[in-house]
Amino acid sequence: MDLAPETLQKIESLFPKYPDKRSLTLPLCHLVQEDQGYLSDEAMKWIAAKLEIEPMKVLEVVSFYPMFRRKPIGKVHVKVCRTLSCALNGAYKTCEKLEEALACKRGGTSEDGNYTIEFVECIADCGKGPVVQVDDRLYENCGPEQLEELIARIKEAASADPVTARTAPEPGTPAYKG
Amino acid sequence: MAIQERRIIYKHVDEPGYTADIDCYLRNGGYEVLKKALQAKPEDLCKEVFDSGLTGRGGAGFPTGMKWKFLDRKSGKPIYLVCNADESEPGTFKDRQIIYQDPHQLIEGMAISAYAIQAKQAFIYIRGEFINGARILETAIEEARAKGFIGEDICGSGYSCDIVVHRGAGAYICGEETGLIESLEGKRGYPRIKPPYFPAVLGLYQCPTIVNNVETLSQVKHIIEMGGTEFAKIGVKGDTGTHIFGVSGHVQRPGYYEIEAGSATFGELLYDLCGGPLPGRKFKALIPGGSSTKILRFGERFTGKHPNTGEPFDWGVEDIPLDAISLRACGTFLGTGGSIVMDDSTDMMEVIANLMAFYGHESCGQCTPCREGSLWLNKMTTRMTCGHARPEDVDLMKNIADQIEGRTICAHGEAVAWPVQSHYNKFKDEYLDKIAHQGDGRGRYNPNGYPLI
Repeated sequence: MDLAPETLQKIESLFPKYPDKRSLTLPLCHLVQEDQGYLSDEAMKWIAAKLEIEPMKVLEVVSFYPMFRRKPIGKVHVKVCRTLSCALNGAYKTCEKLEEALACKRGGTSEDGNYTIEFVECIADCGKGPVVQVDDRLYENCGPEQLEELIARIKEAASADPVTARTAPEPGTPAYKG
Repeated sequence: MAIQERRIIYKHVDEPGYTADIDCYLRNGGYEVLKKALQAKPEDLCKEVFDSGLTGRGGAGFPTGMKWKFLDRKSGKPIYLVCNADESEPGTFKDRQIIYQDPHQLIEGMAISAYAIQAKQAFIYIRGEFINGARILETAIEEARAKGFIGEDICGSGYSCDIVVHRGAGAYICGEETGLIESLEGKRGYPRIKPPYFPAVLGLYQCPTIVNNVETLSQVKHIIEMGGTEFAKIGVKGDTGTHIFGVSGHVQRPGYYEIEAGSATFGELLYDLCGGPLPGRKFKALIPGGSSTKILRFGERFTGKHPNTGEPFDWGVEDIPLDAISLRACGTFLGTGGSIVMDDSTDMMEVIANLMAFYGHESCGQCTPCREGSLWLNKMTTRMTCGHARPEDVDLMKNIADQIEGRTICAHGEAVAWPVQSHYNKFKDEYLDKIAHQGDGRGRYNPNGYPLI
C-alpha cells in the first residue's frame, strides 16, 4: 500500500505516545483514511499488521464508527447536522437545498464524483444551527435562506486540487488490489 | 435588575483580542495555579476538590472529589487521567468553546488534576468531528511542553506527565466513560459492566483511571486557585460553582451563558439573556440539559418541598432556579446544561421522531432492550410523522420505553426512555389529537418518509 511519506512519518511518531499498540487503531484508521480517502481491505490489513492484531479487530472498529468508510467518496464531503437544535432551525430544508444545488442525494455521491452529502448526528454547535461541515471546515447558521454563499464555496472546493478519494479504485475493478 | 452572568470558566471566551496561544494565556496569569499546586501535597489538592463540592459537568453530575477518592492506589498499577472531550449530547456545545478559545485553561486544569491523582499519563479523548479542536489542543500541548508545564519534570517539581490527544470517530456512545475507555484501547465503544469495571479501579488498560469532562477539569484550576471551601460558597448546597447553559432552538439570542448555580431562573435566562421567543411566538417546551433529559412543558406547574430549604414551592417552567437540585425536584435533570427551546410552532411528534432517529442511530447494539427498542421507536415515530400513526402507538411507545429503562449496561437506555416517557406524560393529548385528524389533512406530515421540522 502506498502511503505518503508524511503519513508514514506521522504514524511512526504516534507509537511512543501510547503504552499499548492496539490503542493506535483509531489514530491509524484516521491517518490512513485521510491519505487514501477511505479504508480498503488492504489498508485494514496493513493497519492490523502494523499493530500486530488480527485484521478482524480493525474491521470491527471500522464498521462501528460512522466516520470511517470502506468506499471512496466524492471530492468534497458535505455533512449536514440533522439533530434537534439544527432541525428546529431548518436543517432538513438546508439539506434539501444542498441536494438540489449539488445534484446529489443525501447518503450518496453525485454522478460527477464531486460531492458526497451526508446527514450526520449532532456536531455540537447547536447554538448556531443549522451547521454544515464541508470537509474539515464548519459553517454556522446555514439556514435555507443563507445558502447561496456556502453553495458557491462548495463548488469552488470541488474545482480545486484533486484528492485521492476521487481517484481511488472501486472494489471489483481491475485496478483494485484489496 | 436583569440577571448577570458570572464567568469563571468562560472568563476569556469571546474576549476581544484573547487568543488560544500560550503567550496570551501567560499574560493573563496562566499556569500560576499549576506552579502553586505543585508545591502542595497531592492529597491536599484532592481534599480541596472534595471540599469544593464540585460535581461532574459531563451530564451525570457525580461529585468529582468522591470519584477521585475511589481510585485504587493499592494495586501499584499506573494511574491514568482521561479528559472526556467527546461532547455529543444534542443541545450541548459548551466544551467546544473552552477547547477552541481557551485550550490552555483545560491543559492547566488537567496538569493540576493529573498531579493531584498522581497520574502517569493523561489523554484527551476528543470527538472526531472537532478536527480543528484536536489541532488546537495539540499545538497548545506542544507550547506547554516547550515551557515545561507538561512533560518531564514539570516546573522542576520532579513530577512528569504527558498529555496525548486522541480523536474519536463519530460514535456518541464513546462519551460514556467506559465506552470511551474501550474506544481509547482501540476497540468498539461498548460500555463495560459496572461493577467490576469502575474506571477508578479497572479503567484504561485495566488500571485505575479517572475520566472527567472538559469543564470539570477546567473548574479544578479555579478550585485550587480560590480554595475548596471558598469555591463551595458559590452556588447552592449540593450544586456548587457555575454552570454553562448552552441555549439553542427557538430563542432570539441562542448561545452560551455562564451562571452561578441557583442564582437565576429559567425565565430570566430565556427572557433576559436569550431575548425571549421569536417574534409572534410563545414558548412551548424546554429540554433543560441535553436531549436525554426529561422535557418540560410551559404552562405546567411543579409543586413540592425543596430538598435544600424544606420550603414548599409552586413553580412554572420560568420559575425554576438554574441548579441541579431544583431541576431534580421538578422531575428532570440539569445534565450538561444544554437547553433546547421549542416554541408553539413546533410539532412534538416530529421532535420525538427526531430524537429517536438520533438515539436509534447511536445505540451501540450491545444490550438487546436498547438495540431493539431504540430502533423500534425510531421506525415507529418516523412512521407516525408520515401520517401513518395508530392511536395505540402512543401507549406502545411508552411501553417500549419502560421496557428499556433500567435494563441496559449503560445510561443510553435511559437516554432513549426518558424523552419518550416525558413526552408521553406531557404531550399525549397533542399526539392523540394529531392522530385523530391525520385523515382530514390537518397537521403536518412529510410524505418523504422522514420527520421534517
